[in-house]
Amino acid sequence: MTKKLISVQVNGRRHEAAVEARTLLVHFLREELQLTGTHIGCETSHCGACTVDLDGRSVKSCTHLAVQCDGSEILTVEGLAVKGALHAVQEGFYQEHGLQCGFCTPGMLMRAYRFLQENPDPSDEEIRMGMSGNLCRCTGYQNIVKAVQHAARKMRETATV
Amino acid sequence: MNAPSKELEARELALAGMGVSRLRKEDARFIQGKGNYVDDIRLPGMLHMDVVRAPIAHGRIVRISKEAALAIPGVHAVLTAEDLKPLKLHWMPTLAGDVAAVLADEKVHFQMQEVAVVIADDRYSAADGVEAVEVSYEELPVVIDPYRALEADAPVLREDLAGKTEGAHGKREHPNHIFTWEAGDRHATDAVFQAAPVVVQQHLLYPRVHPCPLETCGCVASFDPVRGELTTYMTSQAPHVVRTVVSLLSGIPESKVRIVSPDIGGGFGNKVGVYPGYVCAIVASIVLGRPVKWVEDRIENISSTAFARDYHMDGELAATSEGRILGLRVNVVADHGAFDACADPTKFPAGLFHICSGSYDLQAAYCAVKGVYTNKAPGGVAYRCSFRVTEAVYLIERMVDVLAQKLGMDKAEIRARNFIRKEQFPYTSAFGFEYDSGDYHTALAKVLKAVDYPALRAEQAARRANPHSPTLMGIGLVTFTEVVGAGPSKMCDILGVGMFDSCEIRVHPTGSAIARMGTITQGQGHQTTYAQIIATELGIPSEVIQVEEGDTSTAPYGLGTYGSRSTPVAGAAIAMAARKIHAKARRIAAHLLEVAEGDLDWEVDRFKVKGDDARYKTMRDIAWQAYHQPPAGLEPGLEAVHYYDPPNFTYPFGIYLCVLDIDRATGESKVRRFYALDDCGTRINPMIIEGQIHGGLTEGFAVAMGQQMPFDAQGNLLGNTLMDYYLPTAVETPHWETDHTVTPSPHHPLGAKGVAESPHVGSIPTFTSAVVDAFAHKGVTHLEMPHTSFRVWKALKEHGLAL
Repeated sequence: MTKKLISVQVNGRRHEAAVEARTLLVHFLREELQLTGTHIGCETSHCGACTVDLDGRSVKSCTHLAVQCDGSEILTVEGLAVKGALHAVQEGFYQEHGLQCGFCTPGMLMRAYRFLQENPDPSDEEIRMGMSGNLCRCTGYQNIVKAVQHAARKMRETATV
Repeated sequence: MNAPSKELEARELALAGMGVSRLRKEDARFIQGKGNYVDDIRLPGMLHMDVVRAPIAHGRIVRISKEAALAIPGVHAVLTAEDLKPLKLHWMPTLAGDVAAVLADEKVHFQMQEVAVVIADDRYSAADGVEAVEVSYEELPVVIDPYRALEADAPVLREDLAGKTEGAHGKREHPNHIFTWEAGDRHATDAVFQAAPVVVQQHLLYPRVHPCPLETCGCVASFDPVRGELTTYMTSQAPHVVRTVVSLLSGIPESKVRIVSPDIGGGFGNKVGVYPGYVCAIVASIVLGRPVKWVEDRIENISSTAFARDYHMDGELAATSEGRILGLRVNVVADHGAFDACADPTKFPAGLFHICSGSYDLQAAYCAVKGVYTNKAPGGVAYRCSFRVTEAVYLIERMVDVLAQKLGMDKAEIRARNFIRKEQFPYTSAFGFEYDSGDYHTALAKVLKAVDYPALRAEQAARRANPHSPTLMGIGLVTFTEVVGAGPSKMCDILGVGMFDSCEIRVHPTGSAIARMGTITQGQGHQTTYAQIIATELGIPSEVIQVEEGDTSTAPYGLGTYGSRSTPVAGAAIAMAARKIHAKARRIAAHLLEVAEGDLDWEVDRFKVKGDDARYKTMRDIAWQAYHQPPAGLEPGLEAVHYYDPPNFTYPFGIYLCVLDIDRATGESKVRRFYALDDCGTRINPMIIEGQIHGGLTEGFAVAMGQQMPFDAQGNLLGNTLMDYYLPTAVETPHWETDHTVTPSPHHPLGAKGVAESPHVGSIPTFTSAVVDAFAHKGVTHLEMPHTSFRVWKALKEHGLAL
């Protein structure tokens, strides 16, 4: 199968690679770049485990082709912490017990990361709606809502300093 | 003199031991994308496997053509039953005493059954290969209804069992009949029913559902032909048992088989079994001499690996006219699908279903469960519950509601009247279970007070009195008892291996420690809670205690994690292993302090000389001494192993109350309030317990309100993606209120009972109870799950309540 050369910026690093036109972004990230933090839960865009940030919006990388991302900037869970310092959403999930088996967590974190830029001071209901593209089988979401609120508070505090 | 309490408190705090809501030790890797799940594993030279599956539910395989697939660049091999036959691996034994096809042998028995596997360089070329394998079938009549399966003229599904009139659990009365299993006293129960002034009966369908963890099943099999060693990374809730099975099937000595369960993305029963995909990947690795990865996709997961439930139940209660329950009689037809691959302790083909007398003190009980074959996928796992306990609790709790309605009694009142009383424990049930401890009346009173139950009933009465009210209000109540922690090896085994569990603790010279366990966490937080138990037992901070599980080469043999058995069984093993170390530590301390062992007191993290606060040795001091210069007559080192065979099951209980409002125009239900009181005995980490209860309640909500695996008459599964199969999002999921009482288990070394499955088991009938309650004034006593808006709207129409 013919391959196409793409160039993408992932977690601040430029990568050039030849990919088949049919290669899904999630497989490109996991297998080509070996960034296995992004998970596959359903392959149909329903569960959100594969959520990454693509050019400033949340996308489900299981239904995005790698070739569509040529020239794009991508952030995955591996790029959230900066020099070992956890991002506020990571801190929130840890402090509020927002995860159990950890499989949905990378997608949840990436969605929360983008959601809180869209809505820095959300109500619980807005969080539930804003995170509704990401499924979790373990937590019942209650602590995820608390985790996102925790992160929102922390980000607002930092922003006003 | 005791040490000043502040100093003591600080030392306690430093341990972060039992009872503390310490944050989880496993989170650091998961929040940074550094988990290590099966699909993250990549070995040099690894190939990928994909599966050719049957498009029809019943038919003969006429021809399989591999040529086109083998011509695809990157495809290495295509394996069918014919290829497995010489190895005698085309069929495999199941945990339930049946056999299951690894790859369809001449015939397919359910839609999506494994017919062939393709091994290729990467997952894309493997998928291309699957598309190119041509299979032709001769279709056969399909049996979907388990009652139809038992009719005299029903098509025979399992031709491989022709002439076998004796199954693993007794006589087979029909070619599609697997077993009939009975518990209780039939004659005594019949006598009670004959004399009883009141009898109620109800048919209940517990639909076929799927545990659907977010990570699907998969493995990476790697056979080293030079060493003759097989290593398989696998999504398994029971790696040690899998190793035994793999060794028996393959003939490779168990010492050369290594099964590793790495991080697991949720199990909920789905990852207990041994699936054809695992076996084929292992065979492919042996044949090709290279590592082979197989990871199923979501459609394959829902369609083929491990359904749950599918119990068609007829319940009857006998009672006095004052609502005193006298007897229980239950008949179940259990749809086991094409092969009996239920995951139960070997002697219990219906699991622990006979816990169905619930929290109630009754004279006589009897149940019979008839297992049958149909053209559906095999499975029958315990989806977030102990073996068939969800079905049992659903049955008894629905029946008690039905009886209350018949007698015009309040559902709280009838339960309180029939509870086993606190002073009756240990209590032997009509089915022979010995309930360890409980205090149901106190727990019920606490819940009714917390929600102001009389006010809720008054509000409901006012709502009913208003014909223009846009909503109906329903109040659901469930007072359940579970049986978990399987189990005593005198009763429970898996393929002959007793259901003990194990722990090995090693305290290092500098006072940190490692524990290795026979269980495997799938989100339960074992690395945290197990460390907390050791912290309290040995006075070592939980922060420096590593917990390792899942690698059969390093961990002691254990039966794994399912049926809420980790804390009841492995948790007890930890305490016992720690106490062996503690006893040795005391000897060393006595030696160091030059006193008799009896002159020492244990205090948080140290042994102190009685009456002399200044003379003590901490566990850290002792650990150093154990490796440096142990007292004469003592072996060096500070470690212990314990295999714990529990004397009994544990019996957690809970009282759940749900208030919901039903929109009379749309049939939509909105849970306004859900109050869950759980009693799991001693609590190890309240934060983790609460998190597990939230998760279990949400899974219960999913089952009650939307999950179902519907089949058409041809055996097509009509919902096998997450588009159709209901996993609730954060939007529909209710807010949960949790509460607890603590009634320790008298036979468990820590008094702990297990908790994570209670909320699933207990909440499902609570939702049904609430939905039915909304219709109760119209004489409705039961509505079948799942309570989707459409079904509820139909009920509204039927009873003249729709707006």
